Amino acid sequence: MKDYIRHARPHVTRNEDLIFERSSPGKCGVDLPPLDVPAVSASQLVGEEFHRQEIPGFPEVSELEVIRHFTRLSTWNYGVDTGLYPLGSCTMKYNPRINEVVARLEGLATDHPYAPAELAQGCLRILYETAQCLTEITGMDAVSLQPAAGAQGELSGILMIQACLADRGNPRKYILIPDSAHGTNPASVTTSGYEVRPLKSDAHGSIDLAELDRAMTEEVAGLMLTNPNTLGIFEIRIREIGELVHQRGGLVYMDGANMNALVGIARPAEFGVDVMHLNLHKTFTTPHGGGGPGSGPVAVRKFLEPYLPSPTVERAADGAYQLNYNRPKSIGRVRAFYGNFGMAVRALAYILANGSEGLLQTTQDAVLNANYVMRRLRDVYDLPYNDQPCMHECVLSDRRQAARGVHTGDIAKRLIDYGFHPYTTSFPLIVQGAMMIEPTESASKEELDEFIEALRAVAEEIEEDPEFVLKAPHTTRVSRLDEATAARKPILRWKG
Amino acid sequence: MRYLPNSPSDRAEMLRAIGYGSVEDLFSQIPQGIRFQGRLNLPGPLSEQEILDFFRRAASQSSREYVSLLGAGAYSHFRPAAVDAMLSRGEFFTAYTPYQAELAQGTLQAMFEFQTLMTHLTGMEVSNASLYDGSTATTEAVLMALRLARRNRVVVARTLHPEYREVMTTYVRHLRTEVVDVPYSASGQVDMGELELALKQETAAVVLQSPNFLGAIEHSGKVAELAHRSGALLIVAVTEPLSLAVIKPPSEADIVAGEAQSFGVPVAFGGPYLGFLATREKFVRQMPGRLVGQTVDTQGRRGFVLTLATREQHIRREKATSNICTNQSLCALAATIYLCLLGKEGLKALAQQNLAKAHYAAQQLQAVPGTALPFAAPCFNEFVVKVPGRAEDLLRELRREKILGGVSLGPFYPELQDHLLVCVTETVNRVTIDRMARVYDHFSNRKKAGSAARAAASQAVGQEKG
Repeated sequence: MKDYIRHARPHVTRNEDLIFERSSPGKCGVDLPPLDVPAVSASQLVGEEFHRQEIPGFPEVSELEVIRHFTRLSTWNYGVDTGLYPLGSCTMKYNPRINEVVARLEGLATDHPYAPAELAQGCLRILYETAQCLTEITGMDAVSLQPAAGAQGELSGILMIQACLADRGNPRKYILIPDSAHGTNPASVTTSGYEVRPLKSDAHGSIDLAELDRAMTEEVAGLMLTNPNTLGIFEIRIREIGELVHQRGGLVYMDGANMNALVGIARPAEFGVDVMHLNLHKTFTTPHGGGGPGSGPVAVRKFLEPYLPSPTVERAADGAYQLNYNRPKSIGRVRAFYGNFGMAVRALAYILANGSEGLLQTTQDAVLNANYVMRRLRDVYDLPYNDQPCMHECVLSDRRQAARGVHTGDIAKRLIDYGFHPYTTSFPLIVQGAMMIEPTESASKEELDEFIEALRAVAEEIEEDPEFVLKAPHTTRVSRLDEATAARKPILRWKG
Repeated sequence: MRYLPNSPSDRAEMLRAIGYGSVEDLFSQIPQGIRFQGRLNLPGPLSEQEILDFFRRAASQSSREYVSLLGAGAYSHFRPAAVDAMLSRGEFFTAYTPYQAELAQGTLQAMFEFQTLMTHLTGMEVSNASLYDGSTATTEAVLMALRLARRNRVVVARTLHPEYREVMTTYVRHLRTEVVDVPYSASGQVDMGELELALKQETAAVVLQSPNFLGAIEHSGKVAELAHRSGALLIVAVTEPLSLAVIKPPSEADIVAGEAQSFGVPVAFGGPYLGFLATREKFVRQMPGRLVGQTVDTQGRRGFVLTLATREQHIRREKATSNICTNQSLCALAATIYLCLLGKEGLKALAQQNLAKAHYAAQQLQAVPGTALPFAAPCFNEFVVKVPGRAEDLLRELRREKILGGVSLGPFYPELQDHLLVCVTETVNRVTIDRMARVYDHFSNRKKAGSAARAAASQAVGQEKG
């Protein structure tokens, strides 16, 4: 490691077996209260045919062993709490602790979804007010919090387009998706029953209006775009794009994964978007949790409101909150109950903490941070598209380093040795060896300087000793893992 | 803003370093016409204390003073303190999906343990690392079965959670999949005769919930036989996985999918929950969702990675087995911690307590004149009771005693007006059950007295006329 790097050094972590390997008979991590009703014979009650004697393979460990086990495992992870987590398109921002406290309050964490509405006014109010805030932020007219994550928000949105166009006489057949899009976009479109027609980006990585003009036929139901797109570029011709799609009878879906660039700056409803989703786990600080739970509210303009998933949360004339199941035009349910309520609690707490000014400052900081990184690295790493300011993220290319045999994934692994979580590698697909960096507003200047220093140091190492970088990481508990064997001969559970 | 680490002078210095006069210049490419000019009309900013006050007020407008006998896909179980203590470690809950395996061995090993636990519990060979919830997991199982069987017809027991059924409808509508509902029999279990009839046509899968929405434990082995004989797959949906600690797992099924919220995840007004999907090894490449696999590093040390990703949307895009990306990882971690704490014996003892309490409650309620347990099939911790009078009236009476007495079945099954689905977990004590039985008793007596009075009155009117 370059000797001027002071950010990180290796440290010892404890080994820890699988919990099954720690198990021995007769131990248990809980004591139940004494049974206060007459004991029963399970085999008699459910019958021999159904009765299970025991679950073979389940562990037997004490509470302390469980605590140590998971504490040790946790130390092998890297989280936003550990340090900079500049994963492009993932918006790894700080997860405020008060969010976690309020989501666990008795009465919110403990209320049953089938509790009568008069005894669930607090929960219903939170769902209602979160939706209100999200309509204000997006400029849209109505929001459903039912979708469990971004991809389900996408599916809900596309199904609404389908239902609306069907009502107009023809649901049409295709959805246009730019080649820079997240993988969930085409997957969600297929799940909805539409077919995907990819849309080639122009030389700047934006939507090519001429291509769109050609592709937007009467068979096309709409355009699914991400704005700013996955290169971190705002679609400056978004209005014309929307007008063209609308003129041809299509609708515009926006993937709101990159909304962290826009809150307080521009509202999708005002640049031609008909329906969009938000990721509460990106823009609105609900924690990523090692891969979920998320929440993917879907927001629509007035004319799509009748199609929102059922039920909706409404406020009656007397001020009471209620669930409305009487929605004949609804696309139906996409999930049981009302969505990931606990995530709405956290997102609302975040919005309340910020208010309008705080959210605007947040957006400005996120964009400033991304530009700072881009400007300070572009002499070392190629900047394939953008010479304009970027939005909340920037995409560099490994082109120069690839000439030395080192690729984006290798650089990412070497960054780990320098104490950082890597950026997103190899995405978007339209950039050769993409290095997609999204620092978010949660990165301080000091940490960004260290990150930039580290990436510059890696570039030097690639010049001096590419082999060393190719073998990175050198400081982690495990070195590079054999993914090929894992996929060829899958071991998906412990067999003892 | 307290969450932002940069000071005004940091910002100024950064702008200077990259050659911009103001932060506004960074947004210059957005056309002025679509710049939002106003100020967002949002509440806040609030201090932490004010936020706590706001949510405490909301939390007070709840049923937290009530004992809940509500189940129906969301189960109130005691959560040991160690669960939240571990979930609250920032290394777990502030981490991303473990794509960078060397920095995510903690999450990956825990998910591998989760997968192992779920296979043991369900009697299957592989489990994924979670899906959104029981409704979407069941639906994904159906989509998977349609792909595997290359047929386009699904037979669904009417006792599948009605909201799961609705979600399935939303997802399969465009596939023109024929979905056939099979009624329940007098026992509360699926009607085998009707099922056999329904399977006369070429069918991709049978969907059976066990214990079903009416609480009845199903003969999944016999249903599997029927399904397999006609070349269909069997999907068993499970909404109360604690049942699998005393009830044999549906090992004969091809896919076991459902909801594992019971394991350490709070009921939280419906979510986030924990969908799971387990199946046979031979079907693994058609599975939706993430899978963690064991492998070795360059030194031969054991490690874990996300694997078989060529099924997933970020690689396969429109050809993926599902559009799911973000799953319910932290909820799966909660379940893993919970199941490790309870372990083999604890889980069994807990399940037996649930069984005993539900049985006791059923006995007490059955003893009240006018009530009946209409379905004879064995149950776990949930059962249907026909109440003496209008279900809504009885529920109101129970609420006066601070009891949420069950889920009224009328809205789900028109033929089950005045039937309640009652769930009794370890969180309900005997005193409450006895109090509930007394409310039933009074309700029943008043009902009787009321009808006697009405009968007497009409008799009196009759006499006058005579």
